[in-house]
Amino acid sequence: MREINVSVLTDVIEKLCIEANVHLPSDVKCAIKTCRKCEDGVIAQGVLDNIIENFQIADNENVPICQDTGMACVFLEIGQDVHLVGGDLTEAVNEGVRRGYDKGYLRKSVVKDPIRRGNTGDNTPAMLYTEIVPGENIKITVGPKGFGSENMSMIRMFKPSAGLQGIKDFILEVVETAGPNPCPPMVVGVGIGGTFDKCALLAKKALMRPLDSKNPDPYYADLEEEMLEKINMLGIGPQGFGGKTTAIGLNIETLPTHIAGMPCAVNINCHVTRHKTEVI
Amino acid sequence: MIKKINLPLTAELAKTLKAGDEVLLTGTIYTSRDAGHKRMCESLAKGEPLPFDPTDATIYYVGPTPAKPGAVIGSAGPTTSGRMDAYAPTMMSVGARGMIGKGARLPEVVEAMKKYNGVYFGAIGGAGALLAKCIKSAELIAFEDLGAEALRKLYVEDMPLVVIIDSEGNNLYENGRKAYLEQRK
Repeated sequence: MREINVSVLTDVIEKLCIEANVHLPSDVKCAIKTCRKCEDGVIAQGVLDNIIENFQIADNENVPICQDTGMACVFLEIGQDVHLVGGDLTEAVNEGVRRGYDKGYLRKSVVKDPIRRGNTGDNTPAMLYTEIVPGENIKITVGPKGFGSENMSMIRMFKPSAGLQGIKDFILEVVETAGPNPCPPMVVGVGIGGTFDKCALLAKKALMRPLDSKNPDPYYADLEEEMLEKINMLGIGPQGFGGKTTAIGLNIETLPTHIAGMPCAVNINCHVTRHKTEVI
Repeated sequence: MIKKINLPLTAELAKTLKAGDEVLLTGTIYTSRDAGHKRMCESLAKGEPLPFDPTDATIYYVGPTPAKPGAVIGSAGPTTSGRMDAYAPTMMSVGARGMIGKGARLPEVVEAMKKYNGVYFGAIGGAGALLAKCIKSAELIAFEDLGAEALRKLYVEDMPLVVIIDSEGNNLYENGRKAYLEQRK
């Protein structure tokens, strides 16, 4: 049994909130630069150049890449041999978000009630996802999620008879419907299987996976490649002005599901796909 | 060729801008998002004046990050314009002509643009650090309680924009994509 004080999590989350919002992950930068080389649309080339210049400015001047510094999605993989001490875990996470968004000059984008609105003023609460795993470490990932793209995400409960074709058509339908709204080029996170709620979570987790990784199952790795190619045939292009680069990456995560179902969730993200991880 | 344009956006100037034009915009603009638009339209419904003169005005759909000490403003890229579609025709009816944002607009907004010579400009979504560099001054003029959504008066220099929808209703989202797909054939 290893004791960890929750204040350690607060400190790490504060730091990760700032770093994630200022420095784009190297895999995302690399994907954008690779797409720029292959882009054959004229306006599109200029847009991608500006996007590259933007993340370079953010890096050099320590400012947020995008003004939508998102809801703070915090994923904790907690080793089952860890004993958390020193206070309430959820409050410790929120305190980290509160400090990070204050000290990092990040935008406070959270309202306290979905219908009655009213800004909470400190970007809390975090969207907290906890998972108990073997071991005595805690893996902390902060993924700030903007809502221009979140608003274009969808989930559908398919009949199993819809098969692979149903899933493929749905992915393209979501991207097509999103069009210019989610700040393309997009990153597409796909969850297939599980239950209604787990399926949506899979899609979000897919967005946290590096773009230079593949699904370990070759069947889904091939599907990732095929769907990214198909999306980049749509012509939507960077910002929707027309071009090849509609998406810079597509990740698929799956779970077993019920004999009667085949849920599929598509979580859309923009080119500012942010996530930062630390293990304690 | 990139066109340099200076605000205010008169009807005459608006008519010279065509969908797909790349422009560098200089002048005074106002920031507003969902909550600010809601309040302004409620004011207009009650016959009250707006916090700024809307004649030939340009509104930037943006909620910036807080300015760091010594900075004019924080990162300041566009938000999704479609959420302002419910308010944009009302704003144009009182003289506001330019809109800066990103994403698709409803047909009723395009109809209002044709009626009032409106222009919809696109700024690069997600390029908030880059766009902030064009903002030379920022002054809070109303709705301070809305935080990032407060109404600000900005002075911008050479702000890089693309005309997405012009005053005749031509739309780059449709034409640009079509042209690209034809070019690729």
